Amino acid sequence: MSTAGKDVSSLKTIIGLEIHCQLNTRSKLFCGCNTDFRESEPNTCTCEVCLGLPGSMPMVNKKAIEFAIKVGKALNCEILETSEFARKNYFYPDLPKAYQITQYDKPLAVQGYLNLDIEGQEKEIRITRVHVEEDPGRSVHVGSGDRARYTLVDYNRSGIPLIEIVTEPDLRSPKEARQFLGKLRATLEYLNVFDSEKEGSLRVDANISLEGSERVEVKNISSYKGVEKALTYEITRQRNMLRRGQKITRETRHYQETRGVTTSARSKEEEDDYRYFPEPDLYPMHVKSWAEDIELPELPDARRARFMKQYGCSFEHAKTLTGQLKLADFYEKVVEQGADASLASTWIADILLGELNYRDMNISQVPTPTMSELLSLLSQQIITDANGVEVLRIALDDLLTMIKSEKIGSSATKTPTPKEIVSKRGLAKVAGDEISEMIELALDENPQAISDYRAGKGQALNFLVGQVMKLSKGRADPGELNAMLSAAIEKRGL
Amino acid sequence: MGTLSFSLDDKYNAFLSHKKEIPFGDGPLSGIPVAIKDNISTLDMQTTCASQILKGYIPPYNAHVVDLLLASGAAIVGKTNMDEFAMGTTTETSAYTKTLNPRDITRVPGGSSGGSAAAVAGDLVPMALGSDTGGSIRCPASFCGIVGLKPSYGRVSRYGLIAYANSLEQIGPMAKSVTETAQLFSVIAGHDPRDASSITAPYEGALDPELKGKRIAVPEEFFGAGVHQGVSETVKTAIDTIASEGAEIIPCSIPSMRYALSAYYVICTSEAASNLGRFDGARYGKALDGKKSWHDAYQDHRMQYFGPEVRRRILLGTFSLAAGYYGRYYHKAQTARQMITKEYNHILSKADAIMGPTMPEIAFPFGAKNDPLTMYQTDILTVPANLAGVPALSVPCGEVDGMPVGLQIIGAHGDDEMVLNLGYGYEMVRS
Repeated sequence: MSTAGKDVSSLKTIIGLEIHCQLNTRSKLFCGCNTDFRESEPNTCTCEVCLGLPGSMPMVNKKAIEFAIKVGKALNCEILETSEFARKNYFYPDLPKAYQITQYDKPLAVQGYLNLDIEGQEKEIRITRVHVEEDPGRSVHVGSGDRARYTLVDYNRSGIPLIEIVTEPDLRSPKEARQFLGKLRATLEYLNVFDSEKEGSLRVDANISLEGSERVEVKNISSYKGVEKALTYEITRQRNMLRRGQKITRETRHYQETRGVTTSARSKEEEDDYRYFPEPDLYPMHVKSWAEDIELPELPDARRARFMKQYGCSFEHAKTLTGQLKLADFYEKVVEQGADASLASTWIADILLGELNYRDMNISQVPTPTMSELLSLLSQQIITDANGVEVLRIALDDLLTMIKSEKIGSSATKTPTPKEIVSKRGLAKVAGDEISEMIELALDENPQAISDYRAGKGQALNFLVGQVMKLSKGRADPGELNAMLSAAIEKRGL
Repeated sequence: MGTLSFSLDDKYNAFLSHKKEIPFGDGPLSGIPVAIKDNISTLDMQTTCASQILKGYIPPYNAHVVDLLLASGAAIVGKTNMDEFAMGTTTETSAYTKTLNPRDITRVPGGSSGGSAAAVAGDLVPMALGSDTGGSIRCPASFCGIVGLKPSYGRVSRYGLIAYANSLEQIGPMAKSVTETAQLFSVIAGHDPRDASSITAPYEGALDPELKGKRIAVPEEFFGAGVHQGVSETVKTAIDTIASEGAEIIPCSIPSMRYALSAYYVICTSEAASNLGRFDGARYGKALDGKKSWHDAYQDHRMQYFGPEVRRRILLGTFSLAAGYYGRYYHKAQTARQMITKEYNHILSKADAIMGPTMPEIAFPFGAKNDPLTMYQTDILTVPANLAGVPALSVPCGEVDGMPVGLQIIGAHGDDEMVLNLGYGYEMVRS
């Protein structure tokens, strides 16, 4: 199909993803070594198996297969009758056996799908396959970039179980790709097989093309934000090439996270021959019957539906809250602690998340009582919404300070509770005589506004509300003030 | 408990390394000197596979069989010579030394476990471990006139055996008599959770010499073209002796045997090419000039330290697994392997054992077979048992030109007891 003469910006974007996630088993895929290697010295979480020493033999970690079966089931895949490991042969210093034990023509699961909510429409993204493989070691180049003086290899990562999830080319924009990853991450977290907070736990390769042109593979993407950025960059590059009348050639490109660009790696024509063949030291696994015995926990879509039904959450709130396992757990815990379910959904989904994002904090850093106490102050109308936000910001800032000081080793101190913040800073809502006095004061000081109001100028009342808010330092409820001010003006008579 | 003083006069160059003082514990093999093929990992001794590329490599762990031997009280005296990475039929491809046949030092000892066979035949040790991928225990046993067992696939843990062709090979015992062979086998057989192909089948070690009523299948292919006439006649005489003890002889045919050699060489070289990839110079062997890019450095290193036979098999294996050739070679070889396994299993469901010669000829003089294909053809009678995963024993059964001939006894998978019993029974009545 020729793209000549066609408006380049109207060409459809076609994206397929290949996602590698580390499964959070306690031991490695083929040996008993500890997977919790990030804090360890290089090459200490190793044995003859993951170092690939001659004579060592792999033994399958059943937990890793069970985790992968869960993923296959959760992604609505067909679990194969028998699944088999294969060797992928290639030479690389971080690959100690010169082959990776992976899966080739008999993966664990095939032909699934994951539903996305795209602007209110449910869209099915098809999953081609799910398979299990071992992570290679990690090369550490000493010196900068191309001028590295030498390379060190750390085999701590060697043998960490990975799942590879391949999608069909069903994604139509970088934003959809990011959404897909978000949903996938949530699903994996719900299955309790993946910890997205671990560095390097997710790696993405993307195939991206414009309708009618060759596809380009972008490798080396290692964050959720990176996926959208890399693909946006790449699709712009491809469009610009077409606009200039150039042809897009099939190639592999690397995403340079720091510069936000993709650079050409090698032409796809000289594709490596990995000489796949079945791993002779491992037997095929009967995974279908195994899968029948494995039950899945509640998954994001089901929990979203339950949140709407059980707590009366709106679709958007329920979607946001259930979009991360820890957030959904946080919400339910806060409600369990007595918070009003509807108030909690608004405050957590709309306000708390924004404040956390602003501070680069995550939900697990917030104690649930902080939130439930704040919500109780709000629903008892002890503080105004405006001051509720203020209290939340103070509480989060305190937590952040504490977390930072804990990191440098000082002893943990308890941060003030919302109640303590309110009383210490005098943020409680003003009422009774106090508010009346403030209203009178505002009216006394603004006779012009009174006349304007009487002349029918609605904004005058807003101005007066603002004046009282200022006098109360945010402790008055603007919603209540309208009526109170009108009444007070009426009372003054002409 | 004690310490063995081992003074070695290694006139056949059987050993690559050995110890002088060996502490040993109690157990069924307490204080018995045992030699081990140099492709079996030993914690405190170099394990080189007779290759330059592993020179100086001391494994940080013991093979499972080594732990079992130590627990049985055996005194592991040293590591024996072999064909480089077990790739050979004569032990001539060793990068280090030429092992001589104790029966005639102008002749090859067989291989690849030639060092272990020579150590036993030359009375340096009473028993030794070898490994058998396509006949590497049985061939040297036959050439040196001793007993050697290739166990059923899975009966002995391969953990720590430096892999040549994982799906074919087994570690096995070698000794002068079936009794000693069985004794060593009873120590090394059994389940190992670290080897996924390991089965739970320990060997109890009680031998029964009864031959009467045993059904012995004798395939015509074991006596066909290429089998030396003197060898044929010697083995037929041995089978007649067994028949005269009351065993029933069942002539039969295994047509798929004509595919055995090709299937074997495709499978073993494919697995080997993959297994040997790890010897890339980043970890094993003395470093060469490191100024080159890593890819060039890998090539130089492998060119420098692998011998010609190893390089040849890596090339063959790389080729047969290449995209576009997989179906024509590797896949086809697996199909042939299934046919062979099926035919063997069929015969062994009707007979207690298959008998024939171990090798088509007697040990030949050094350098007699320079052409690799001619050399590969001598494996024709031993490779089927590896392809089918069944146990096979070689027992001396006579001589041709003063050199020993081996009778091969092949049993059903898991029935190593039967082949040992038949070998034992034959040993009792052998003239």
